[in-house]
Amino acid sequence: MLRCALHDVLLEFISDQMPEFHTPTTEQEFQLNFAQLKPHMNRTEALYESSRCLFCFDAPCIKACPSGIDIPQFIRQINSGNDTGAARTIYEANYFGNACGKVCPTEVLCEGACVYNLQEVKPIEIGRLQSYATTKVIESGKKLFGPGAANGKSVAVIGAGPAGISAACELRALGYSVDVFEAKAQPSGLTVYGVAPYKITNEETLAEMDYLQAQFGYNTQFNSPINSREELVELENKYDAIFLGIGLGKTNELGLPGEDKINCTGAVEFIAELRQHHHQVNVGRKVIVLGGGNTAMDAASESSRLGAEQVILAYRRAKEEMGAYEFEYDLAKGVGVKGLFNVAPVEIVGNGYVAGVKFIRTETKDGKVSEVPGSEFVEPCDMVIKATGQAKQTEFLQLIPGLKLDGKGRIVADAHTGQTSNPKYFASGDAWNGGAEVVNAAAEAKLTARGIHAYLSK
Amino acid sequence: MPDLSINFAGIKSPNPFWLASAPPTNSGYQIMKAFDAGWGGAVWKTLGVPVVNVSSRYGGVNYRDKRLVGFNNIELISDRPLADNLREIEEVKKRFPNHAVIASLMVQSRQEWHDIVRQSQDAGADGFELNFGCPHGMCERGMGSAVGQEPKILQMIVEWVMEVATKPVIVKLTPNISDITEPAMAARRGGADAISLINTIQSIVGVDLDQFAPYPIVDGKGTNGGYCGPAVKPIALNMVKNCAQHPDVRLPISGIGGIENWRDAVEHILLGASSVQVCTAAMHFGFGIIREMTTGLEQYMVEKGFNTIYDFVGKALPNVLPWEQLNMKYKVTANIHEEKCIGCQLCYTACEDGAHQAIKLNADTRVPEIIQENCVGCNLCSLVCPVEDCITMDRTDDGTQHLTWKERVEAGTAPTEFNDERAGGRHHWVPEPAAALGKERHKTLPGKARIYSGETELPTVV
Ligand SMILES: Cc1cc2nc3c(=O)[nH]c(=O)nc-3n(C[C@H](O)[C@H](O)[C@H](O)COP(=O)(O)OP(=O)(O)OC[C@H]3O[C@@H](n4cnc5c(N)ncnc54)[C@H](O)[C@@H]3O)c2cc1C
Ligand SMILES: Cc1cc2nc3c(=O)[nH]c(=O)nc-3n(C[C@H](O)[C@H](O)[C@H](O)COP(=O)(O)O)c2cc1C
Ligand code: SF4
Ligand code: SF4
Ligand code: SF4
Repeated sequence: MLRCALHDVLLEFISDQMPEFHTPTTEQEFQLNFAQLKPHMNRTEALYESSRCLFCFDAPCIKACPSGIDIPQFIRQINSGNDTGAARTIYEANYFGNACGKVCPTEVLCEGACVYNLQEVKPIEIGRLQSYATTKVIESGKKLFGPGAANGKSVAVIGAGPAGISAACELRALGYSVDVFEAKAQPSGLTVYGVAPYKITNEETLAEMDYLQAQFGYNTQFNSPINSREELVELENKYDAIFLGIGLGKTNELGLPGEDKINCTGAVEFIAELRQHHHQVNVGRKVIVLGGGNTAMDAASESSRLGAEQVILAYRRAKEEMGAYEFEYDLAKGVGVKGLFNVAPVEIVGNGYVAGVKFIRTETKDGKVSEVPGSEFVEPCDMVIKATGQAKQTEFLQLIPGLKLDGKGRIVADAHTGQTSNPKYFASGDAWNGGAEVVNAAAEAKLTARGIHAYLSK
Repeated sequence: MPDLSINFAGIKSPNPFWLASAPPTNSGYQIMKAFDAGWGGAVWKTLGVPVVNVSSRYGGVNYRDKRLVGFNNIELISDRPLADNLREIEEVKKRFPNHAVIASLMVQSRQEWHDIVRQSQDAGADGFELNFGCPHGMCERGMGSAVGQEPKILQMIVEWVMEVATKPVIVKLTPNISDITEPAMAARRGGADAISLINTIQSIVGVDLDQFAPYPIVDGKGTNGGYCGPAVKPIALNMVKNCAQHPDVRLPISGIGGIENWRDAVEHILLGASSVQVCTAAMHFGFGIIREMTTGLEQYMVEKGFNTIYDFVGKALPNVLPWEQLNMKYKVTANIHEEKCIGCQLCYTACEDGAHQAIKLNADTRVPEIIQENCVGCNLCSLVCPVEDCITMDRTDDGTQHLTWKERVEAGTAPTEFNDERAGGRHHWVPEPAAALGKERHKTLPGKARIYSGETELPTVV
């Protein structure tokens, strides 16, 4: 016991003295700092791990998977040496099978539900087994699916994120001709522009996209944002249905004085840069991340791994009230991030460049946060990352006649079919659910494609 | 400290653990190393007629991630020159006078048997083991299991050996026979001092799905081999018991088959073995396993208060009865200890699909419930449950009554026709066949049912 305590003190001391990571200056150093949390399994590890699965009846892991992958089935297939069959089981339920294995918050989904937890035994590493099987088919290029017989109808998909691509695959399987319009230069949406680099690499993400494209043969037009009413009219005339997989928008503005200072940036924008430019992205020496959600945890971890000497996570409420998953906070703490709780930012200070954040202390009473008068203080820093949520794409959505949004700006659509209040339009993913995970977008879009099929088959 | 030493039909050994005649006893080098490590005895790799082996000789059965739960070989007897083997026997005996060195032998004619027995005796072997067990390669030449399967020939060869043997003679039996006691009795009639069993079981260990050939593959072809390893222990135990219980066998038994730890050894001993032999486990893990075996055996003996091996040789035999003598009034039923249950529902699906539909599921909990009146006490659920002691089989009769099938037949109370009120399954509840259709489809067809059948809504976001 004593030794442990001493050890902790020592660790604390060391982490106060120097940064956790050296600033990466080459791609190799970047890969080291951002080493994959869920590295690939080799056949031996996959054999050992798949051997542990109990093949539960009515397995809780399946129920906890938003895309309902038949987990015990694919694990049993891996165990019997049928890796291709395992990949098929996975892809039948979820076209982002490989990405999900790597980026899903499995701790709160399938693995969190694994019965082993109740025995205080490590749950089955479902995510890694999943990626094991899918990586194998992707690498071999073995085709598992193909487009269905052409039915003469066509669908436009706006957005090539998890929702858009999943819908495109399913629609192709049902025989539709599909054109995908994507504002950015690469497919997979936030999987390649938002998810933390230690969860999945760009290569892995894009390899799965190529694999799907090669099998289903939908057309994707990159750098082609749909922005105007005219463009929408054109789509409405040309296609039998339109699928909205546009996700969310930019980081919310805080509306604080000084927000325009150099080195004050939004988390989504910072991370998009990071995913594309790796070690070429500069981070401050002392970074303050504003927010308490998963994106805040990611931005903080990423800053630390980019070599920031000090990273402070500032949140308006108490630690327990953070929206982030516990394991995500643990991950950030593990790379030296320090929490600063019950503080609200009032101003970004500095002369042109960020020099600090002026906070005011807060307290939570009966669930309400109130500021403590006279408690302002300035926490110096040279970079501020705002992880205060993504804005909805309300402006664009208003161009669609009759399209209803709910009070939070989310598209209103039928729970079974994904059909919106404008019958020609269907929606899934973050734009519909308000912001969830890749797996939700993939699962929803598959169902919605079936909804489109039902609508157009009437 | 308990005394582990044995005197097996006149062969003395510091402990009951011998290496069986097999690759680990192929040379003096290996046997000295084994004795150094703590083994009590070794049966030399079978000496006999000249042979030539093929390359690619073993095959294995893996269960999930567990290697070699079963093991198979198409190897023959020793292919080393007899003179080398004899010289090394002498050397080992000089160095280890108190350890048991047994010469395993297999030749054809009476003269050959006489010669090889004399030569081994002169080399200093403590005893002989006649290999009438090898089920491949040698039997085609009229030796090995070809002898073990013919009690008359077996007896004749034993008689030849007894004509010249001055040291104890053990006959090694093949399990590739329907009644193991037949060759055992033949060995006794021939004058043998002991028997050892089992040799390997004829087997095909697996088939290569791409080459369409059995393992082990020799240039695209294969042949049947001899099966051994942990998987054969139950077969060995039953045969050891059969020989130990038979009133006309009455010979010391060296138990062989699937022994890899002290527990396996104790099981063989409790069913009548008074020495045990090990092959596969030594081939898999090396001689070092002897440490666990001797310390485990010692610990067990201390805990049970046994001073020598003979305190428990055959101790389980009085409790192995013919089925007709089991008490039919004894009744156990399954009980799930809720606090330990992890909700895998394997017990449910096992009983539902594989037994007696005596377990049900309730809403709002993953812990299944036993339907006591339907439970026949088969044990299945407790065997599949992955949590230690989570399902216990608890006695429900009051222990005062005793009635066997034999007694029922004698008393004329046994059922005699199918609709007999006294028949077993007569009043056991079984669901209507059609009740199976579509039952729990969403649970047994999980992913697809959810996605395609419209049974569920879009997954909700937490
Ligand atoms: C920082 C961050 C980290 C995350 N980490 C994880 C994680 O670890 N694991 C996880 O499962 N989920 C994570 N998520 C969430 C996950 O990325 C999203 O839930 C998922 O990508 C949503 O998919 P989508 O298809 O609905 O939207 P998006 O992925 O946002 O895709 C929308 C696509 O539509 C395009 N688009 C938008 N408007 C238009 C237009 N008008 N015309 C043409 N194209 C348009 C966009 O360019 C984009 O490519 C994270 C999100 C963020 C922000
Ligand atoms: C509980 C049980 C009861 C069995 N009853 C019969 C039977 O009535 N008739 C039969 O021909 N085989 C019976 N068998 C043998 C099986 O059909 C099969 O041959 C044997 O279990 C070997 O197959 P396996 O090891 O692959 O399961 C029974 C097996 C078990 C486990
Ligand atoms: S809950 Fe765990 S053990 Fe059970 S089927 Fe799922 S992964 Fe396997
Ligand atoms: S002991 Fe057999 S019959 Fe009874 S509940 Fe268990 S599996 Fe069913
Ligand atoms: S098999 Fe054991 S752990 Fe699994 S549900 Fe049944 S009682 Fe519970």
